[in-house]
Amino acid sequence: MQVLFKTNYDQDINYLVDRGERVRVLLALALALIAPLVVGGYFLSELTMFLVYIIAGLGLMVLVGFTGMVSFGHGAFLGIGAYTHSVLLGYGLPFFITLPAGALAAGLIGAALGRAASKMHGFYMAIATLAFAIVVETGIGAWEHVTGGHMGLSVPPMAAFGWEVTAGPLQYYLILALVVFCIWGVANLMRSPTGRAFVAVRDSETSARSLGLNIARTRIKAFFISAMLTGLAGGLLSHLVFYLSPESFGVNESLKLLLMVIVGGLGTITGAIFGAVFVSILPNLINLLQNFLPSSIAEAAGLEQLLFGAIISGFIMFEPEGLYGRWRKLRLFIETFPYYKRATFTRQKRYLKTERFR
Amino acid sequence: MEFSDAIQLLLIGISQGCGYALIAIGFVFIYRATEIVNFAHGELMMLGAFMVLTFSEIWGLGFWLGSALGILSLGVFGYLLDAVVMRRLVGQAQATIFILTVAIAMMLRALAGMIWGWTPLSLSVPFSSDITFGGVVIGLDRIMIIVGTVVISLLLYAFFSLTRTGLAIQAASQNQLAAYYSRIPVKRLIAVVWAIGAMVAAVAGIMMAPVTQVDTGMSIFGIKALAGAVVGGFGSIPGAVLGCLIIGVAEPFLDFYFPAFKGTYAYIIMLAVLFIRPEGLISQTFQKKV
Repeated sequence: MQVLFKTNYDQDINYLVDRGERVRVLLALALALIAPLVVGGYFLSELTMFLVYIIAGLGLMVLVGFTGMVSFGHGAFLGIGAYTHSVLLGYGLPFFITLPAGALAAGLIGAALGRAASKMHGFYMAIATLAFAIVVETGIGAWEHVTGGHMGLSVPPMAAFGWEVTAGPLQYYLILALVVFCIWGVANLMRSPTGRAFVAVRDSETSARSLGLNIARTRIKAFFISAMLTGLAGGLLSHLVFYLSPESFGVNESLKLLLMVIVGGLGTITGAIFGAVFVSILPNLINLLQNFLPSSIAEAAGLEQLLFGAIISGFIMFEPEGLYGRWRKLRLFIETFPYYKRATFTRQKRYLKTERFR
Repeated sequence: MEFSDAIQLLLIGISQGCGYALIAIGFVFIYRATEIVNFAHGELMMLGAFMVLTFSEIWGLGFWLGSALGILSLGVFGYLLDAVVMRRLVGQAQATIFILTVAIAMMLRALAGMIWGWTPLSLSVPFSSDITFGGVVIGLDRIMIIVGTVVISLLLYAFFSLTRTGLAIQAASQNQLAAYYSRIPVKRLIAVVWAIGAMVAAVAGIMMAPVTQVDTGMSIFGIKALAGAVVGGFGSIPGAVLGCLIIGVAEPFLDFYFPAFKGTYAYIIMLAVLFIRPEGLISQTFQKKV
C-alpha cells in the first residue's frame, strides 16, 4: 500500500497525485503521439473519432459528473457546434475562427438554456434539455436554406487561407493537441474556485448556498463550459462524418454521450476517456455479440437500443462508479495484494435525501 | 379558419390535453411519493396499449376483459419495477436515477418493437363512431378520452382522500420517516404508488390507442406530458392537469398556423415558460431555502 506523504501545500492541487499516475499519463501521451506512425487508414480515422468523443465526454462530464445536473440534450450542442462551424466554413472563414465560433454559439445557447432551468430542481434541467434536443433537431431540419434541412449538408474541408488540413496524421495531431488542451483546461478548472463550486453544488446544494455560493450562476457557468466543449467536439466531428444531417444529432446521440460518461465513471476526467474508449469499441462488441445470439434476436431492429439501455442501467445499478471505479478497485487489489478487502468500497446504507423544501 | 373548424380543433386539443393529463397524473403521483421523475411513463403507457392489444385481439378475449387484464398486468409491472429496480437506488443522486429511468424507457421501447414489431397496429374499440353537432364532427373516442380523464381523476381523488391506504400514501409522500414511525409500510406503499401510476398510464394507452394507433412512437406522449406538467407546475396534480390542457389545446392551433415546427410546440411552450417563469405557472415545488 502506497502512502502519500504531503510535504508541501502545493501537493493538494497537483494535477497528478503520485509517480505511478505521472508515468501512466506520459505513457498514454507517448502512445498517442506515435500512433499515426504505427497504424494508418481506417484505424487512424477511428482513433481520431475517439479523440473527438473524449472532448464531448469531457463537456458532458463537467455538467453531469462535476455539477450533478443531467443533460439529455448534449447531442444538440454537438449539432449546433458542427452546423455553425460548417456553415461559417462554407462562407470561406478560416477554421481557427469558425471552430471557436461554433463552440461559443453552443456555449451561449447552453447558458441560455441553463438560465431557464437553473433556479429549480435538477429534473427541470433534465426535462428542458430533453425537449431542447428535440426542438433543435426539428429546427435544423426546418431551417433549410442555411442548414440544408433533412437533405443534409456536406462539410467543407478544414481550411484557412488556402491551406488545408486533410484527413490523416495532420488532422489527428491537430485534434490530439486540442484534446490535450481541453483535458488540461478541465483539470485546471477543477482546481480553481469555479470548479470547486461545481463540486460543492453537486454534493450539497444547501451547504453550498450556506457558504455563499450563487447556485443559479454556478449552474449557468457549468452549462456554458459544458456546452462549449461539446460544441467544439461537434465542430471537429463534422470533419470526420463529412455529411451532417439533423437526425444524427438527436436524442439518441445525447444518450450515447450519457452512456459514455456513466460507463466511464461519473466525476472523473479519466472516466470521460474510459467512456470514449468504451463507446468506440461498442459497435464491435455488439457485432461480436450478434454472432453468439440466435439470428431471430441478433437481427431484430432495436437490439442496439436495448443493449444501450441495458448497459446504462446495469452500470447505474451495480457499478455506479463506472469503469474508472473498476480500475481503482483493480489497482488497490494489486497494490495491497493479499490484503484486498471488498468492504473498502461497499456503499453505505442510504436514505432518501429530500430535495423538497417548503 | 372558420368558427366550426376552430371549435373542432379546440375539442381535439382538449381531448389530447386530457390524454396527456392522464399520463401526467401517473408520474406526478410517483414524483410526489418518491421524488423520482419517471421518464419511462410514456413507455408504460405504450406497454399498456400493447398488453391490451395482445389480450383483446391476439388472444381474442374481447375489449373489456382484455382492457381489465392489460391494466392489471401493468399494475403488476409497475409494482415490480419499484420493488426490483428503483428501490435499490434510494439515496443515490437524483441525476443517476433520471438517467436510469431514461435507460429503462429505451429498453422498453426496444423490447416492445422486438416483440410486437415496429409497424403501427390498430386496436378496435367499441366507441369509434363520429358525432356531429352544428357542423362540428368529433370522434366518440375523443369524447371518451375527456370522460375517462374526469372519471379517473374523481376515482383517484376518492381513493386518496377517503381510503386508509390512500391517506397512508399521502402521509408517506409528505414525510417518509414520520410515516414510517407511525407504522406505515412505506416501502410497500411506494411500490403501490408505482403500480397505480402504471395502471393510470395503461388507461391512457387504451384511450389514446384508437386516436393514434398502437406503436412504439406512442411513447412520445410521455415526454409531451412531462412538458405539460412542467408548464403547470410539477408538484401538484391540478397544476399538471392544467398544464397538459394548455399544451394540448395550443398544439393543434400552432401546428395549423406555423407548420414549420410541427410536433414540437409542446416543448417550445415549455421552454418559453421555463425561461419566463421558471417555477411553472402554478408553483408548487419551492426553491430551497437555507
